[in-house]
Amino acid sequence: MQAFDYIAVRSISELCSLLSGQNGQIKLLSGGTDLLVQLREGRVKARLVIDVKYISEMAEIAYDPKQGLYLGATVSCHRVCQDPHIQAHYPGLVDAVALIGGIQIQNRASVGGNVCNASPAADAIPALIVHEAVCQVVGSKGQRQVPIESFCTAPGKTVLEAGEFLLSIQLPPPRQNFGAHYLRFIPRNEMDIAVVGAGAGVTLDNARERFVSVCLALGAVAPIPLYVGEAGAFLAGKRVSGEAIAEAALIAQAAAQPIDDLRGSIEQRKYLSAVLARRALEKAVQRARGET
Amino acid sequence: MSKKVLIQATINGEEVEFLAEPRQSLLEVLREGLSLTGAKEGCNNGNCGACNVILDGALVNSCLVLAVEIQGRSLTTIEGIAGPQGLHPIQQKFLEHAALQCGYCTPGFIVAAKALFDQNPNPTEQEVRYWLAGNLCRCTGYDKIVRAVLDAAQAIGKIPVEEI
Repeated sequence: MQAFDYIAVRSISELCSLLSGQNGQIKLLSGGTDLLVQLREGRVKARLVIDVKYISEMAEIAYDPKQGLYLGATVSCHRVCQDPHIQAHYPGLVDAVALIGGIQIQNRASVGGNVCNASPAADAIPALIVHEAVCQVVGSKGQRQVPIESFCTAPGKTVLEAGEFLLSIQLPPPRQNFGAHYLRFIPRNEMDIAVVGAGAGVTLDNARERFVSVCLALGAVAPIPLYVGEAGAFLAGKRVSGEAIAEAALIAQAAAQPIDDLRGSIEQRKYLSAVLARRALEKAVQRARGET
Repeated sequence: MSKKVLIQATINGEEVEFLAEPRQSLLEVLREGLSLTGAKEGCNNGNCGACNVILDGALVNSCLVLAVEIQGRSLTTIEGIAGPQGLHPIQQKFLEHAALQCGYCTPGFIVAAKALFDQNPNPTEQEVRYWLAGNLCRCTGYDKIVRAVLDAAQAIGKIPVEEI
């Protein structure tokens, strides 16, 4: 592996001062499951690796029924899956995070790292989109908030500027009659990268018969995880029905702009986009109705 | 070239000090610096689990941990699994079930099974299979391995055994 310096920091201020005093080729280390592979393969260069997982604000999970969920950027996938509040109120996130690697990877990999790695096929990002997550970004000029669907800008690229880092991810408080689900297609049962992923979050009316609002997102069908606003706009106000869901799934399919690669062809990915969007919506509705 | 860093950690119950370059993986230092060659380098990118170790109670791939990250932490490798009386029941059951051929993946499977039992002494077959999904075996296949792990759970006395 290429040579670099390593430092473990304990506070946000320590991290900020390190970042502002350096220029370029700094990488932040959380679980390292993407970073160390990329460093080893030479796909990224680093002069300094800063270990941020001992910063308490970045390692914290905090849930409040009024404030929602605060998810520190370095919280591991395993901790997310085990957290009873996240299990109860953010089921789409648990669906997605539970799919990321085996237990060895889940013990190390962080949800924040999955976001910053900005893979088009990242499982956590479509799920965070349907849970309407907002990224808290910190830099020398202070903090800013970036909606998760705007965080990635291209494969491996994000809105983070030099000296900025992801502090945490904030998810809004749970709503009545809300349900969410994420699923993906892979050629085997476990341990692979999504050919297509789909997440849906739905809020129903009190009778649980009409959509109040819907959020749909796809993975691995565009340069970034794709928020399909048109599908949600189409369903909002409509009565829940197989036909309406099928039509929304076709809207998602139309929005998908996949590439051909070793994991799947354009044709297969387009087809899967509609199938998975439909299944994600159906399961999200079931959850909103308390059926699962 | 970055300077070597002095690391102090607990490995298999012993206080250990060693020097590591920041770029060295834990796996590399275990094998080449500390002569703990039980953990194997398979894929070196977190797919195969042959390098599994238990770090502060959590199963991890040592190829995806920097050696400098274990400062002050506690590590169990395959060398720390057997007790003073001899083989751990997991190791014994791997032998009895012939749950290995070339043996390259075996340390990783055994360490993974140990980490499983530490938090779930009574796993179902499905739980065992999911838990071991991050370990690859290219020759024996998985059935004997899963059977050995389930039998080990019984041998440890954590699974109620129906009298035959």
